[in-house]
Amino acid sequence: MAVSTNVPTGKTQSATPTVLGESSPWAKILIKVVSYALLIGFALIEFLPFLWSLTTSFKTENEINAGFSKGFNWIPREFTLVNYTDIFTKVEFGKWYFNSALVGVITTLLTLFFASTSGYAFARIPFPGRNLIFWFILATMMIPGVITYVPIYILLKNLGLIDSIPGLIIPFMVTAFGIFLMRQFFLAIPTELEEAARVDGAGRIRTFVQIVLPLARPALAALTIFTFMGRWNDFLMPLIIISSPDKYTLPLGMSTFRSLYKTDWGLLMGGSILVMIPIVIMFVSFQRFFIEGISYTGLKG
Amino acid sequence: MASTVDQVNVGAKQMTLSQQKSLDKWAGWLFVGPALLFFGVFTVFPILYGTFLSFFKISSFNIDERTFVGLDNFGKAINDQDFQTALFNTARFSFFVVTIQTALSLLLAVAVNQKIKGRTFFRTAFFFPSISSSVVISIIFLWVFNKFGLLNYALSAFGINGPTWVDDPNTALPAIMGLNIWTTSGTMMILYLAALQDIPAHLYEAAAVDGATPFQRFFKITLPLLAPTTFFVVTLGLIGTFQVFDQAFVISNGSGGPEKSTLTAVFYIYQQAFKETNRMGVAAAASVILFVIILGVTLLQRRLFKSEQEY
Repeated sequence: MAVSTNVPTGKTQSATPTVLGESSPWAKILIKVVSYALLIGFALIEFLPFLWSLTTSFKTENEINAGFSKGFNWIPREFTLVNYTDIFTKVEFGKWYFNSALVGVITTLLTLFFASTSGYAFARIPFPGRNLIFWFILATMMIPGVITYVPIYILLKNLGLIDSIPGLIIPFMVTAFGIFLMRQFFLAIPTELEEAARVDGAGRIRTFVQIVLPLARPALAALTIFTFMGRWNDFLMPLIIISSPDKYTLPLGMSTFRSLYKTDWGLLMGGSILVMIPIVIMFVSFQRFFIEGISYTGLKG
Repeated sequence: MASTVDQVNVGAKQMTLSQQKSLDKWAGWLFVGPALLFFGVFTVFPILYGTFLSFFKISSFNIDERTFVGLDNFGKAINDQDFQTALFNTARFSFFVVTIQTALSLLLAVAVNQKIKGRTFFRTAFFFPSISSSVVISIIFLWVFNKFGLLNYALSAFGINGPTWVDDPNTALPAIMGLNIWTTSGTMMILYLAALQDIPAHLYEAAAVDGATPFQRFFKITLPLLAPTTFFVVTLGLIGTFQVFDQAFVISNGSGGPEKSTLTAVFYIYQQAFKETNRMGVAAAASVILFVIILGVTLLQRRLFKSEQEY
């Protein structure tokens, strides 16, 4: 490292600890201006497509199809909710919504159970082969999922789970990511409470349920968000195994819907907005856990 | 099952610590057993079975009827022009997306990490697209990329007559690159931001005292210390982009077109396995090839990013 570390401490106290550090006033202002321009510009790029799809969803078909001919407008000239009612009558949107919610909720509950129990054991209970098995599980995270599609299809076919909702749940109940996330969290919490409970004669199961799980709420919240989001947004597995329209999940439904109503942008945007709403609500309510979860598994491994 | 363990644990009250420890091996297996069973069946077995299947000719409709064909499937895949196109498209896609999103997310993280107003707002705004469904994002971008869409409207302000992005073989793949960068840069930024906050402030202070310019500080302190994060961000990017599928599928309406310009490797595997007959073995072989490529590229970039700090 090119940085000298033997600087007298008295001098460093005046420096402001920012990333780019202390420099001439003009350079500082310039950096600030460039930073704000970059951040605001990128924020606009990120937000405008969403905003545009939202306003489009309240426009009439005529207004949308007029294109630029009457100029460009964000606010609908004629406000309509027809796209939001049509989508439930033209396709089985309500049913898809239910299926997606069912798959999301059940997979999440099962994942929470399997990841927390096994994650706890990998963090706390010494048993023969523990580390070997854990590193093996971790290594599978490096293997791209693509190699498993054909075998999982065959497996589900042999289990009679093709074109069924359980077929969208069972393969995702236990994930290396979930086990890893929970283990990392359990490793980070202090052992004193558990040890006290153990000395008092509480068994592993009681200690786990009464002491450890309540402490693990932040990790369980992060895992809930990631698991639910993953299932809610998943496209490939439904595409491979589901064929009956009444068993579609939202992404699969939306993709076929896009082929059917190619140019009905109002309807497509209305559907898109409705698909995003639960995730937006989740994101706004649990934003802290999203960020923590990403930073946690991403970097503290 | 649970009740017997409870009885054992009641007995444990009078036990010494060493006796408790000997019970732990059973408790350990009880806690991991069910998870390991499902993990073995639905993760480990498919990985092995997928490799195994690549050496067989399989009928899509009857899995049990398979004949050993050696490396035949690999030859078929490699010599298939569609697979070559798909690999080429995927490599281009991966190169541009990973390069741009890594640079962009680092730049954004450095900007957000300063003493600026609205930090939380920016963090939220950048992260938001990555939580949305890839299918929905693709549909929204179809509308953005439309002849009369938001993008062409913005371009018309500069007097540019925009193309019909996704219908033109020259612009369809770049359009998907753009939407992918748009989606994932925020997540990568969060990773960089967390790492930036771990860099001790005294390093910058010391450098400032030594008269280092902001650029010197960035290239001599920030960038080297972020090397492990960069490795991680690039690895995540490579694994993700080499498997791009949803966006290409939705944008091209399931065709991989126009003129196969959006046919990606996973798209090809999907078509071979589920749209063609008797090609499941070829799909398995193509998956193995793709896996080897991803592994190779990841290891290669690991060597490039090798730093004194082990990740």
